[in-house]
Amino acid sequence: MSERIAAERDGAVPSGGRPVLEAEGIVVEYGRRPALRAVDGVGFTVAAGEVVALVGESGCGKSSLARAIVGIEKRKAGTVRLKGDDVPTLGLRRRSSAMTGMQMVFQDPNSSLNPRRRIGDQIGDGVRAALARGDRGSDPADWLRRVGLDPAMVSRFPHEFSGGQKQRIAIARALAARPGMLVADEPISALDASTQTSVAALMRSLSVEAGAGMLFISHDLSVVRRIADRVLVMYQGRVVESGVTETVWQNPLHPYTRALLAAIPLPDGAGRLPLAPAEADRLAWLDEVPAALERTTA
Amino acid sequence: MGGIDLALSRGGIHGLAGESGSGKTMTALAVLGLLPGGMTASGSIRLADTEGPGAGSDSGFTELVGAPRGVLQGVRGRRVAMVFQDPSTSLHPQLPVGRQLTDHMRHHLGLGKPEARAKAEALLDRVRVPDARGALSKYPHQFSGGQRQRIAIAVALACDPTVLLADEPTTALDVTVQAGVLQLLRELADGGDLSILLVTHDLGVMSAVADEVTVMRQGLVVESAPRQQLFTAPRDEYTRSLLAALPGSSFEQAGEDAR
Repeated sequence: MSERIAAERDGAVPSGGRPVLEAEGIVVEYGRRPALRAVDGVGFTVAAGEVVALVGESGCGKSSLARAIVGIEKRKAGTVRLKGDDVPTLGLRRRSSAMTGMQMVFQDPNSSLNPRRRIGDQIGDGVRAALARGDRGSDPADWLRRVGLDPAMVSRFPHEFSGGQKQRIAIARALAARPGMLVADEPISALDASTQTSVAALMRSLSVEAGAGMLFISHDLSVVRRIADRVLVMYQGRVVESGVTETVWQNPLHPYTRALLAAIPLPDGAGRLPLAPAEADRLAWLDEVPAALERTTA
Repeated sequence: MGGIDLALSRGGIHGLAGESGSGKTMTALAVLGLLPGGMTASGSIRLADTEGPGAGSDSGFTELVGAPRGVLQGVRGRRVAMVFQDPSTSLHPQLPVGRQLTDHMRHHLGLGKPEARAKAEALLDRVRVPDARGALSKYPHQFSGGQRQRIAIAVALACDPTVLLADEPTTALDVTVQAGVLQLLRELADGGDLSILLVTHDLGVMSAVADEVTVMRQGLVVESAPRQQLFTAPRDEYTRSLLAALPGSSFEQAGEDAR
């Protein structure tokens, strides 16, 4: 299956079409005196049917950026546009029906699914959102089948499923809303290690099939390499390297990306310990390397 | 699960690989007699004695399967220690790190307070937690994930165990941090007396540090071999399929060349 995904990924050169999502100069700050700048001027675009991955170590601002994109985190500066419409920051009001065109999958399905409602009903929320926006409706049972679960399980409750299955249900709910853009914040890291790859592959194939753009946030680099068309590498609130995944992987230019990739242990049986970066190297990671941005296949 | 044979050599790292539900963690728990209710272990798990009469000789073993509680309590945390996947749940959030390091030293080894504290400081130095003395009075939340896992390893090593069971010790960590923890595990094993059973699904991690690798599937061992042999010339079809699914493995490279 992995070969098929890789082939499909390499073939899918970012289409020249209009981007689904455009983000520009996003800044997120927490607290004041002194404010902590979690995201420091990040901009990127995601095209329809494209998977863009966001990688970086914990605390680099990945999640803050994702939340700012969907509008559940207040932006200090910057704009986000979904199919040309401004994405407002959410207050206490209900999100406008146009904005249900962007859906989010969270890290922990235990807290993102309502434990007291049947899963068919929860997937139905997505279907109703699609209908309210004037899009096609669908059958929750059919979504269960598409994420690899038994359609007969619609009337069950979340606790009757394993972690991986629950995340599949959360994905079904997000996709049932027929979003143009899917934002997934560490959707696989709470799952059992060996189901992670299959859930990630499922997310890619379903979002590509639906023609939705996807921002996939993960610290698992081997999964990212497998499913992302393009990658954004983030360090301390800034994007330090970005571009076509395989180009970045084969020839990383920024010192942080190099350190990150050098730290991945390779399953070659040679018994080589991966390189742990020294504290002193971290200073160089703050450098700006203009050539490392927006890299293309060349 | 049935018929698992494993042997840990002194100063070595033995890797246990397999997908979820294949029985990796249960194997580790069986060693400590910590199987969840309703499960029992049969067979034999023998731990070489390092002190007392018979130390070093062939008969100097402690049988752990069906051992009385008293014996197991002397083994758990003392001679066999365990490190878990998530350091934020394995450390007590409301006790300072120093207390978590010294409690079982004082219980198992009968050390006095100042001795235990000195030893704890030395341990934190050994796992390279910066400012070991200051760290003793801090709480787990004041450390980063990587530092917490180092502390959890220090806690496990506090009573000089001969066997360390590490269950997915780096899965929750960033790769740059993981690299440091793997180096630490390798150094500890190379130190001589400690044997490590490393349970992980990540064959990259396995390839980096394990000396011997056992692959499990559905409660059975499918293959057990020295690292080099398992990664370059696996005998079993299942092992082969696991390796082929990985980017960067020797098999994937071969596949690309052939194309």
